[in-house]
Amino acid sequence: MNALTGTWSLTRLILRRDRVILPLWAVLIALFPAAVAGSFQNLYPDPRALAEFAASMQASPSITGFYGPIFGTSIGALTTWRSGVLLVIAALAAGLTVIRHTRAEEEQGRRELLGATVVGRQAPLAAALLVAGAASVLMGLIVAASMNGVAPGAGAVAFGVQVALLCGFFAAVAGLAAQLTQSARTARWILGAVLGGSFLLRAAGDATGNPDAVLSWISPIGFLQRMRPYGGERWWIAGVAVLVTLAVAATAYKMSERDIDAGLVAPRPGAPRASRLLSTPLGLAWRLQRGSLIGWLVGFAVIAAVLGSAATTASSALEESDQLAELFARLGGGTVLSDMFMVTLIAIAGIAAAAQGIQAAIRARSEETAGRVEPILAAAVGRTRWSAGYALFALGGPALSMIVLGVVGGLSYGAGSGGAGKQVPRILGAALAALPAVWLTVAIVLALFGLLPRLVGLGWVLLVTFLLLGQLGAILQLSQWALDLSPFTHIPHLPGGTMTWTAVGWLTSAAAVLTAAGLWGFRRRDIG
Amino acid sequence: MENIIEASGLTKRFGATRALDGLDLTVRRGEVQGFLGPNGSGKSTTIRVLLGLLKADGGTATLFGGDPWTDAVALHKRLAYVPGDVNLWPNLTGGEVIDLLARLRGSTDARRRAELIERFELDPRKKGRTYSKGNRQKVALVAALASDAELLILDEPTSGLDPLMESVFQACINEERQAGRTVLLSSHILAEAEALCDRVSIIRAGRTVETGTLAELRHLTRTSIWADLATSPDGLSQLPGVHDFTAEGSHVRFQVDTAHLDEALRRLATLGVRGLTSQPPTLEELFLRHYQSDGQSGDADAEKVSR
Repeated sequence: MNALTGTWSLTRLILRRDRVILPLWAVLIALFPAAVAGSFQNLYPDPRALAEFAASMQASPSITGFYGPIFGTSIGALTTWRSGVLLVIAALAAGLTVIRHTRAEEEQGRRELLGATVVGRQAPLAAALLVAGAASVLMGLIVAASMNGVAPGAGAVAFGVQVALLCGFFAAVAGLAAQLTQSARTARWILGAVLGGSFLLRAAGDATGNPDAVLSWISPIGFLQRMRPYGGERWWIAGVAVLVTLAVAATAYKMSERDIDAGLVAPRPGAPRASRLLSTPLGLAWRLQRGSLIGWLVGFAVIAAVLGSAATTASSALEESDQLAELFARLGGGTVLSDMFMVTLIAIAGIAAAAQGIQAAIRARSEETAGRVEPILAAAVGRTRWSAGYALFALGGPALSMIVLGVVGGLSYGAGSGGAGKQVPRILGAALAALPAVWLTVAIVLALFGLLPRLVGLGWVLLVTFLLLGQLGAILQLSQWALDLSPFTHIPHLPGGTMTWTAVGWLTSAAAVLTAAGLWGFRRRDIG
Repeated sequence: MENIIEASGLTKRFGATRALDGLDLTVRRGEVQGFLGPNGSGKSTTIRVLLGLLKADGGTATLFGGDPWTDAVALHKRLAYVPGDVNLWPNLTGGEVIDLLARLRGSTDARRRAELIERFELDPRKKGRTYSKGNRQKVALVAALASDAELLILDEPTSGLDPLMESVFQACINEERQAGRTVLLSSHILAEAEALCDRVSIIRAGRTVETGTLAELRHLTRTSIWADLATSPDGLSQLPGVHDFTAEGSHVRFQVDTAHLDEALRRLATLGVRGLTSQPPTLEELFLRHYQSDGQSGDADAEKVSR
């Protein structure tokens, strides 16, 4: 039997199972760049205004740190530049799709069921990569076609190729991660670490203001960005990226010729007795979530350290540009320019913290659907006692992360500007002021868990919506009420802006009410 | 005798599906009650209602005289449960899960735990994801049996156990019975129920169709007779209570209702018996009669008694 027998049937199975979610992320995200381009045309109809805007953005290392360098002053170049963050989400989605249909299936035992039929050993990975690859190509085509309508030229093609390669590369990385570990959760962590690491490397490199920084070149994201769509395309980069992606995919494919359920590390025996900590529902929640909590906290510390010090590089450059100062004052109302970098950092970190909270809240639901709550609730454990443990991790975990962000960010930012003693309280305060928006987002998921448990997955849709509103809402010139839908719109622009206690109070109260509603609902509904 | 579990007229719907449709169940203190029914007949749903994991749409259920929905926590201190489908946390060892469940219930008996782990030949140091189905089942069984709970609720506890382990399980349950514990044992393995249960309830499509002691239920069933006769079997097939009569030369084969057994045997004796085999009624036969022929008229008398 050929190792690939059955690949086509499995591909159709994946398409059948993902028939809603796949078009949702692939098509919707792919349509965004053209929308951004349209808005840029409206905002800057005059090429000179556009060039001025591009120059001012390019002059700010903090901006290039987050979004990457700008390789031209055309609509196309600016759109490519501004869509970067969005495409990282598409890459993440492509990678998660692969893990969902490989290691997760295997861990659930469904791979075994299929493996006993006429299906080759390597067919599941091949099918998952095929679907993710096809989705990447589809995204590339949509981006190229839609961009060609707004900003015609070779740049549109290059941009499409760039998008397809970015998604394809991380799909291949996910395929490899799925071979390394027995647990789908760990595979997702590996994918997240590679993706986050690539982003950070690029951000640190680009924040130096040098478009050829080594750190940017060795980051897969930075490397692909240097294809320079609409800015003197470098096609050889696409060639290299194709080769690297194929090499990663081939390695994963080679490694997938292995025993079922096996990872790189064989499982070791564990403790025959439970520790004292593992005596309560909260102890169990801690045991199950400590790994991911520590992972998030380390991630936040690294991001804060790297970007906090990038902000100090940024501040020196910012102070030299009066034009930029004026622009920033208009945009965010911040008074101290270098602080703007921290405002952006905190806003994006808030989204990440909300992702952490949603992950913990959804964990409660997956414990339930996996049938692992039943034995707990059949013991002398009240429902609220169990669900409150998860609520604690869902709300407290992000709070810890924001504290780490504030302290580490304050230290590394303060090392270059104003001293740690001055900056730590400022940055910590700013990070904490963003927390109510994080809590509200997580609380919506907690409420869904209690009241409409089948819909908890909507939490991710919600989060991406909030991210898009924050990142693109202003550029797409959405009306204020639309922007107001996101709780992150209401957080004060700190450090530098004014603290708005009313908004923070409202967000916190709404979060408290929703959490209580979720816990109340969970007491009253059927389990399972 | 005090009733530990009392349920009457339980109904539960999941969307358009009627999982429970007027189910009755009584479990008395100190008895091992079998809860029989094929896959999907509502056994697990009933147990989940009794555990307060699901809220019944209609009917009443009491556990130790309390309401399983509102008094769940207090009641759960007095019972231990083995789910039908044991799912363990992938990164917790079997030993950790046993301890965790015991502590959540409130008590641990270290000696009993060690003894049961040995009897079931369980390795408590392995992680949840590496256990086979049978070993996961053992983890849950050890956790339940090591507790000092008054009531054990076991949902198909031996699915996945090998015959050796199944006999260990049966020995354990017999010990529990002697110790005065009450057991609700859901199963579709009839030999197991016959070996262990004082009383059984048979459910079908969410409704109790039969309940009683094994002796009472046997009474409802038929004995199979095979006989080699000296004369032709005239009139035998017309006797009341005789079913499925076939004759082949001097050999006859038929089934007879327990109530008419005496009469049939006397008639056989007058015909001259050269050889005779009789097979006692089994639970399996009763079970098959309820499930095989949906609503056929031949089952009228069985239907009558079930109410």
